[in-house]
Amino acid sequence: MRARLTVNGAPREAEGPPLERLLDVLREQLGLTGAKEGCGEGECGACTVLLDGRPVLSCLVPLVQCEGREVVTVEGVAARTDGRALIERFVAAGGVQCGACTPGIVVTAAALLAAEPAPGRETLRRALAGNLCRCTGYEAILRAFTGDAERPTVASADEVVR
Amino acid sequence: MSAIGHSPPRPDGFAKASGAAVYADDLALPGTWFGATVRSAHPHARVVAVRFAAELAPEGAFCLTAADLPGPNGVQLIDDSWPVLAAGRVRHVGEPVALVAAPTRLGARQAAAAVEVETEPLPAVTTLAEAAAADVPPLAECALVAGDVDAAFAAAPVVVEGSWESGHQEHVYIETNAVTAWWEDDGGVVVHGSMQCPYYVHKALVHAFGLPAERVRVQASTVGGGFGGKEDFPSLIGIHAALLSRAAGRPVRLAYDRHEDVIGTTKRHPAVIRHRTAAAEDGTLLAIEIDLVMDGGAYRTLSPVVLSRGVLHATGPYRCPNVRVRGRVLATHTAPNGAFRGFGAPQTQLAMERQIDLLARRVGLDPLEIRRRNAVRAGDRLPTGQVLDESTSALECLERAAARTGFAERWRRIEAERAARPTGAADGDGAPLPGLGLSLYFHGAGFTGSGERRMESPVGARLLADGRVEVLTAMTDMGQGCAAVFPQIAAAAGGLGEDGVLFAPPDTARVPDSGPTVASRTTMIVGATIARAVAALAERVRAWWAAERGGIWTIEDGHLRFGDGVEGERVPFPDAARAFLAAGGDGEIVERHRPPDWQRFDEETYQGAAYPAFGWGCDVVEVAVDPDTLSVTAVAATAVCEVGRALHPVLCAGQIEGGTLQAIGWATCEEVKLDGGRYLNDRLATYVIPTALDAPRVTVELLERPWEGGPFGAKGVGELPMDGGAPAVAQAIENATGVAVTAIPATPERLWAAREAGRRVEPFAAAAERARPEAVA
Repeated sequence: MRARLTVNGAPREAEGPPLERLLDVLREQLGLTGAKEGCGEGECGACTVLLDGRPVLSCLVPLVQCEGREVVTVEGVAARTDGRALIERFVAAGGVQCGACTPGIVVTAAALLAAEPAPGRETLRRALAGNLCRCTGYEAILRAFTGDAERPTVASADEVVR
Repeated sequence: MSAIGHSPPRPDGFAKASGAAVYADDLALPGTWFGATVRSAHPHARVVAVRFAAELAPEGAFCLTAADLPGPNGVQLIDDSWPVLAAGRVRHVGEPVALVAAPTRLGARQAAAAVEVETEPLPAVTTLAEAAAADVPPLAECALVAGDVDAAFAAAPVVVEGSWESGHQEHVYIETNAVTAWWEDDGGVVVHGSMQCPYYVHKALVHAFGLPAERVRVQASTVGGGFGGKEDFPSLIGIHAALLSRAAGRPVRLAYDRHEDVIGTTKRHPAVIRHRTAAAEDGTLLAIEIDLVMDGGAYRTLSPVVLSRGVLHATGPYRCPNVRVRGRVLATHTAPNGAFRGFGAPQTQLAMERQIDLLARRVGLDPLEIRRRNAVRAGDRLPTGQVLDESTSALECLERAAARTGFAERWRRIEAERAARPTGAADGDGAPLPGLGLSLYFHGAGFTGSGERRMESPVGARLLADGRVEVLTAMTDMGQGCAAVFPQIAAAAGGLGEDGVLFAPPDTARVPDSGPTVASRTTMIVGATIARAVAALAERVRAWWAAERGGIWTIEDGHLRFGDGVEGERVPFPDAARAFLAAGGDGEIVERHRPPDWQRFDEETYQGAAYPAFGWGCDVVEVAVDPDTLSVTAVAATAVCEVGRALHPVLCAGQIEGGTLQAIGWATCEEVKLDGGRYLNDRLATYVIPTALDAPRVTVELLERPWEGGPFGAKGVGELPMDGGAPAVAQAIENATGVAVTAIPATPERLWAAREAGRRVEPFAAAAERARPEAVA
């Protein structure tokens, strides 16, 4: 089948079997490799994109559902001023290590922040529960978006009182 | 020096977070075909025939087996006993038997489905217990002995025995394994992919194809997580992709999906560790005897070195004059186990910490006090005879973590509350049971023994035509952050601005073999060599400039500055460097790692200094246990770690935050379930790693005690946090429930069985009263 959809604001066409995954359409037909395949079954969230403004797992979205719809990928988020600012905050807080989960987290966070500009820690934990990260322990990711400026404490071992 | 100790945004951060970074499976190379791997469905079988039904596969697709290999059928690591493709016999589920390639990903899967592997199943040994009973020669063994263990046990007033088990752990780097290979017109091969050790892959390709070294080129892509899982395995998959590309006459991509990454690749070694401990009545350790058995899986791969590190950390950060450790790795018909963050030390330190906890209850001490009495101090000897230097901070970490968390008082209060509760099938009124646990740990940084001395690990630095300095190393940034820390080191060491230093990508055609990105060695070992190389090159330019111009010139903030005063002439370093090059100056330098002279280790006797430096840590983990289901939630974790010097505190703490959660996952929810060698949970829906909702709040405190051998005092930190989480969780579960934790992961099923079997720990007050009735009275 052939589907017309909007990707990052531009009209695009995609072709393939009706059950072709949106993730493959983006990565292989449209050259947008920001979304990653971490599991291929909707567990890890690395392939998260926005579909009509809502975060979805693009490995579970078939092409047949994309006709006429609007897709925003991490590349689209990064191209926006507020998206760029979000990413810079995220990087400065140490939210990026290997980066494989990061595009999915950025997209999920962008959707959350659009609805709730100053989320608390618990709101963020729930919102990001579908995005697995294996590097950070999530701590720096949460710090980035809660605006919690707390930095790691550094002290001299010689000053520890026994 | 201004860059050191600050936390600038990592230079690769924006590209990664915006989707622009090129990971292995993102590489766009026109004409690339896709490969797929045909795997064994049996844990052990004779391969009778491999048949490829070409008519069922896409046009052009082809199939390769062991018969098509151009060279030895072995992946060169420590030895080459790991087959490239199974020949005649398969020894684990998921073992590669054949390879196919086709023009598309879907076509490659169809081609793989067109391959029939005819087998005759053979009896399989799939657990450590079966392996021990089978009485076959181990894949590896080693021993560590100090003092007179038998005499100490004969005279000891207190002897405790315990047996401690831990299971497989899957790495779950979010980016699965992927490589692309292509052949050049000159007969050379290029492999590009996700890996920690480009020169390991290089060595394996040279061996498998019989090529001269200069005809093999390996390029690391952006790496989406490693944790040790991309230390050994990319060597195999790199050969596979090169084989397919050679046959296809075009580039071939081999990218694993999660399912095959789980079943086919290496994992953390399961371990069964028996301890006997002799102590004085006041809890002072007198002798330790340890029998360590690890499950190596089907092939040796890196097991000998994993075992070695495990044995060398087996007695933990404790002083004990009499030690006997015997370690073995046994083979099973399961996927080979290999490198995983900590490399054997998390398993052995879990056992040691559990044993210390057992001893503490026996002699009536709390977890803090028994560690306080036995923790190593500077000047103490490890069982290898190594005398610990001033950078020894077990006690400082212990005291700081205990003070920050109010550990002893809270732990004792929970013990008392538990003792006051009626025990039964369900404890209490259904409210979550709080528990607190503390662990003390250490981790040797750098290769074990003489490894660093042998490798020498050259690092290159050269002046570019524009006067900037390019640094050449083979290190990969798999997330840990050398992309940020190396420029800090180079800029500070050379007196150059950070924009005056560039780092070459890890490409074996360009960079020297500065060793693998493993063993907590990158910052400490290679970083120190970078510092020397850049400083020496900058000094060469400065000295030449001073001779040309006369007078005293110093380097500062990316400039050469004249004279001693603040008003002196300032020349940008790149300008001076260009002049130096134009005058025919030698703008290239290679520096090699210089291990401290005193660091010598005898690999036969296991005596000497196995590591030049150790990181130290203490974790306090708070759990909440559901009294009905016994499911465990980690609520909060505090990690106090002595790291020498925190060059980039945010990244340094990031290692500890992430490593702590990885360790807590290993202790609670991460379980590779095998039934007769077959996986019951081969996907992320069923192999569960902690999500943001499962993760505790992690608080990190970095203690500094600069170590003279590291760059600006830094010690390695990557693996350290993997050692502390699990034993702290185990102790916390006992504190909460009273159920003895002898095996991890401490799943509800395992805890339930332990409770049903009556395996409980004695409440602290009762233990203290039994051990010292006079003190309590």
